[in-house]
Amino acid sequence: MSDAKIEVRNVTKVFGKSPQQGVKMLNEGLSKKQILEKTGMTVGVNKASFEVRSGEIFVIMGLSGSGKSTLVRMFNRLIDPTDGQVLIDGQDIVKMKPNELREVRRSKISMVFQRFALFPHRTVLSNTEYGLEIKGSDRKQQREKALEALKLVGLEGYENSYPSELSGGMQQRVGLARALANDPDVLLMDEAFSALDPLIRKDMQNELLELQEKMEKTIIFITHDLDEALRIGDRIALMKDGSIVQVGTPEEILMNPANDYVERFVEDVDLSKVLTAAHVMKRPEKILADRGLRVALQIMKDAGISSLYIVDKKQKLVGAITAQDAADALKKNQKIEDIMIRDLQTVTPDTLISEMFEQVATASLPVAVIDEEERLKGIIVRGAILAALAGDDIQLNGNEVK
Amino acid sequence: MTLPKIPLGDWVDTFVDFLQVQLEPLFDLIRDGIGGFVEFIVWILSSVPAAILIILFTALMLWVSKWTNAVFTAVGLLLIYNLGYWDGTIDTLALVLTSVVISIIIGVPIGIWISQNDTARNIITPILDFMQTMPAFVYLIPAILFFGIGMVPGIIASVIFAMPPTIRLTNLGIRQVPEDLIEAANAFGSTTKQKLFKVQLPLATPTIMAGVNQSVMLSLSMVVIASLVGAPGLGADVYRAVTQIKVGIGFEAGLAIVILAIVLDRISQNIGMKKQK
Ligand SMILES: Nc1ncnc2c1ncn2[C@@H]1O[C@H](COP(=O)(O)OP(=O)(O)OP(=O)(O)O)[C@@H](O)[C@H]1O
Ligand SMILES: [Mg+2]
Repeated sequence: MSDAKIEVRNVTKVFGKSPQQGVKMLNEGLSKKQILEKTGMTVGVNKASFEVRSGEIFVIMGLSGSGKSTLVRMFNRLIDPTDGQVLIDGQDIVKMKPNELREVRRSKISMVFQRFALFPHRTVLSNTEYGLEIKGSDRKQQREKALEALKLVGLEGYENSYPSELSGGMQQRVGLARALANDPDVLLMDEAFSALDPLIRKDMQNELLELQEKMEKTIIFITHDLDEALRIGDRIALMKDGSIVQVGTPEEILMNPANDYVERFVEDVDLSKVLTAAHVMKRPEKILADRGLRVALQIMKDAGISSLYIVDKKQKLVGAITAQDAADALKKNQKIEDIMIRDLQTVTPDTLISEMFEQVATASLPVAVIDEEERLKGIIVRGAILAALAGDDIQLNGNEVK
Repeated sequence: MTLPKIPLGDWVDTFVDFLQVQLEPLFDLIRDGIGGFVEFIVWILSSVPAAILIILFTALMLWVSKWTNAVFTAVGLLLIYNLGYWDGTIDTLALVLTSVVISIIIGVPIGIWISQNDTARNIITPILDFMQTMPAFVYLIPAILFFGIGMVPGIIASVIFAMPPTIRLTNLGIRQVPEDLIEAANAFGSTTKQKLFKVQLPLATPTIMAGVNQSVMLSLSMVVIASLVGAPGLGADVYRAVTQIKVGIGFEAGLAIVILAIVLDRISQNIGMKKQK
């Protein structure tokens, strides 16, 4: 998960008559604006350096004109960098000869475009086959792989339609299928969902995340929409005027903005839609059912808490007891099982805070956080949520999300 | 003060003389090739009975276009036949078809070339302007010198005059292919050739066909001029009517040209659209 799939080193792109002079001026410390005023040349990307790890969704975010498209097009050299290196699996794309570059484009990197860029004279199926056809692979195999890719994006039955007969969301699925049919390691998506309306867009984001769980591609995703970046990004790079301002996980960007620019960018974010149960949960006090009421009471007393969770030997959550009930039961000689509350409010670690407001507000006990195997991972108390939403990062658990 | 006249005309004469001598075998080859092709077309068209040819044209029109155009085709061609201009029409049709085929064979590749290469475009475009604005009569002179008289020099003059739109619109059609589709083709690792044949040319086809349609019309407009160098056909009938001041014959032959023009225009216009769908 941590090895670098792509390394971007000091990559610069200057548009204009004498780009090399532009690079020199950048090295002398002139800004994008000064260079534009003096020479009329546009700095598209200014010395970008970062790594993209294998299997992650790396989001590049920034306002219009900040250089996102230019940067991502240097990954497959639709735009030639003026300076710097782009290493994919350790190979420098910038130095490649045309035939080597073509080979990389055919097998390693595919791209999905903002305006879909489907070929209008080809059917859905033959659009999807394009990359394979170009490679000159076997006809039958082409068809198989294309059909498989179409199935993956849920477009079975539309093989013989033309792009113009499909809705925007479906067209972009074709775009995605066309990119996936090649089975590339790296997927470049330049504002792939920006032309879709909000609901469809959210569907596509979810689908991409689902697909990604199966495929584990390395995805570079461009967007100017912070919500989208936070939803799908494992890590986010923020660009301004061609420079990378900050690279980090969504939490890092939100909680520790590198400078005023990032801070202004993220200040309107609704944290409750970003932070999850895993971020705000506390370590639970728990006990095995067969330890008995006395021990349970003692634990609660020591920890200064009024309720306790009961787990089995596999750490599976089975119930909870309150201190009051435990004390009463002890007098009546009852067992833990007799007074255990079995009907508990639970959430999973990746539940968004916004989705559990009601549960937390109405539950009489802290809400339990359990994983897929129902093992107790933590508990959520109201105070922790409030503190997290207030932007108090001391309250947050480190990188516990996935 | 009088400046001496620049002997531009003399220079051109000398140059043409030079070519005539040096390239004679080449011109002979071209003459035989084109001549053979035209004769072949005339032979085919005239060995088919007129009625069947009219039915074929009507059916073709019905297939590519509206039924009203098909009716017009049937009535128009029958009228031509009835007036006795059928043989002239076949000669003219052969002349136009040959000119257009040559225009396509030469014009489309040139159009492709200048769409890929800006320097080539900057050189070729003014030449095309020149070819189209030079009075078409002028082409008859070198055409006679190099190819004698008859159908072939007429065709050569027609080609020179009619080819530019095919070149221009091929270039335009290819350059008009949206940038993001070119990007997509490149991003998947297409070679220049793959990009051309799988993306650019298919998308440029309607535009190229519009150019071919213009070439058809321009070469049809050349038939009277071509008759000056002895090309047979409706043009020759018109020319004769003019020199002999026979208004009636002039009108009939002129009408036949108009009917042929409309038929060819509708067909060549719609074939491009048809292919697109
Ligand atoms: N071909 C080009 N020639 C000249 N300047 C260009 C070219 N392409 C991009 N630029 C300039 O480079 C800068 C970065 O553009 P880019 O398209 O990468 O921005 P972006 O972040 O993708 O914006 P958007 O969100 O609008 O797509 C802009 O100032 C733009 O005007
Ligand atoms: Mg962009």
